[in-house]
Amino acid sequence: METTDIIIKIVLVVIIFAISLVIAMYSTYAERKVAAFFQDRVGPNRAGPWGILQPLADGGKMFLKEEIIPSSASGILFIVGPSLAILTACIGSAVIPWGQKLTIGSTVIDLQVTDINVGILYIFGVVSLGVYGIMIGGWASNNKYSLLGAIRAASQNISYEISMGLSIIALLLVTGSLSLREIAEQQHGFWADGWFTWNVFKQPLGFLIFIVCAFAETNRTPFDLPECETELVGGYHTEYSSMKLGFYLFAEYINMFISSAVMATLYFGGYNFPFMDMINSPNLVTILGVVFLFGKIFMFIFFFMWIRWTIPRFRYDQLMNLGWKGLIPLAIANIVITGVVITFLN
Amino acid sequence: MESLSNKKKVLEVKPLNFMERIYLPAILKGLSITIKHFFRKPVTVRYPEQKREFSENFRGMHSLKRDEEGRERCTACGLCALSCPAEAITMTAAERQKGEEHLYREEKYAAVYEINMLRCIFCGLCEEACPKEAIYLDGDIVPSDMLRKDFIYGKDKLVEAPLNQ
Ligand code: SF4
Ligand code: SF4
Repeated sequence: METTDIIIKIVLVVIIFAISLVIAMYSTYAERKVAAFFQDRVGPNRAGPWGILQPLADGGKMFLKEEIIPSSASGILFIVGPSLAILTACIGSAVIPWGQKLTIGSTVIDLQVTDINVGILYIFGVVSLGVYGIMIGGWASNNKYSLLGAIRAASQNISYEISMGLSIIALLLVTGSLSLREIAEQQHGFWADGWFTWNVFKQPLGFLIFIVCAFAETNRTPFDLPECETELVGGYHTEYSSMKLGFYLFAEYINMFISSAVMATLYFGGYNFPFMDMINSPNLVTILGVVFLFGKIFMFIFFFMWIRWTIPRFRYDQLMNLGWKGLIPLAIANIVITGVVITFLN
Repeated sequence: MESLSNKKKVLEVKPLNFMERIYLPAILKGLSITIKHFFRKPVTVRYPEQKREFSENFRGMHSLKRDEEGRERCTACGLCALSCPAEAITMTAAERQKGEEHLYREEKYAAVYEINMLRCIFCGLCEEACPKEAIYLDGDIVPSDMLRKDFIYGKDKLVEAPLNQ
């Protein structure tokens, strides 16, 4: 690898990192605004025009709050918890293809940090690491509510990861590749060979299972049992304050952003958009592709919020029933159906 | 027994059928309801800048009235304090001296007149009780404050501004 390549990659990493953070920051603002609109309210409107500076005010407040470590908490683990949560949230974005190649002069810039050929498995690994942040934090707090929240998070993530993996297997039968770049390339354009190219039209059931599991994995309503305020005070982050709490909250929003990006890439064509072949300049296609990808991501983030302000939380037994008795059999059936259909088509 | 309003409905708890058990139809219905609200005009207003119009019989902050010549109407009869269910009103009466006829309409007047706005429930009974038409609840919303003692409004805040100003 040449030095220019390395520099380009570093710049790309920094840009993606910054974008993740900014999006996570403004997701908090968007969440409050969206919640307000859904409830016929106006929402935050004091800090700056339309309250646009609200996230900065929130962040500033978080930094200035007193840092409290409970005397009975276990010191190092208490700090490791939120750090791990935010770390795993941030590194998930490394394998997501943000766009096609950008050509400037003679240098070709690949809008993806790294194209490893097991991209999906990488994402899975990172996502399942994320629960350790919650587990460790909840355990280290030495508080019953935190521990309960952490246990819930762990069991919920394990349950839903299975059906998520199974729904991905059906997708892999269709794509035949684990690389996210290749999966995105296969969904080129919108319509080819008499059918839509986007995977959501080939795997509607799989997508449904995946999105339900994504809600569970990111601990969003209706699966926000690890931190349900009404039963567990704050769940796993009850004892946290200041920026450590901020890290947990931030991690949740970054996770939401990353899982939206993954869903857009796997099922909604990634950076592909209809009629992209009619544009001649490849660079323009790439840039438009990035715009479209972010449009899709924002759509998913909005959907996350829409669901949050519509559906009440599941009861714990309902959650487990849905996961084990509903989604897993459904995902297995989906694999069988996909396999049969593919065999017939060939 | 027949219910008074005739609105009583007997609900029976049935086990969920298939459509209800897969949640999706209900979720879609819920989503369609919430998205309708998303585009609806907010029912709240940006309060200090924007104000809702008060209805005609809105009862806000009290004001002690003056008559046509700018004299205070209140004669410190205490009827308002007596009628107040929240016991929010206290006053001290004083006798009008020679040369104060342009200030007070009656021979007796309220030297001190205080309403505790934290006690007041804005029922308007003081207004009804007053034989001199001296007190009306025609003001604005009572503004917020930091200290309890600042909610006891004396004559400085209650009496109407003099006519000639
Ligand atoms: S409005 Fe009612 S509660 Fe308030 S001072 Fe008058 S009588 Fe008392
Ligand atoms: S306000 Fe009216 S009722 Fe109250 S003391 Fe004065 S005159 Fe009497």
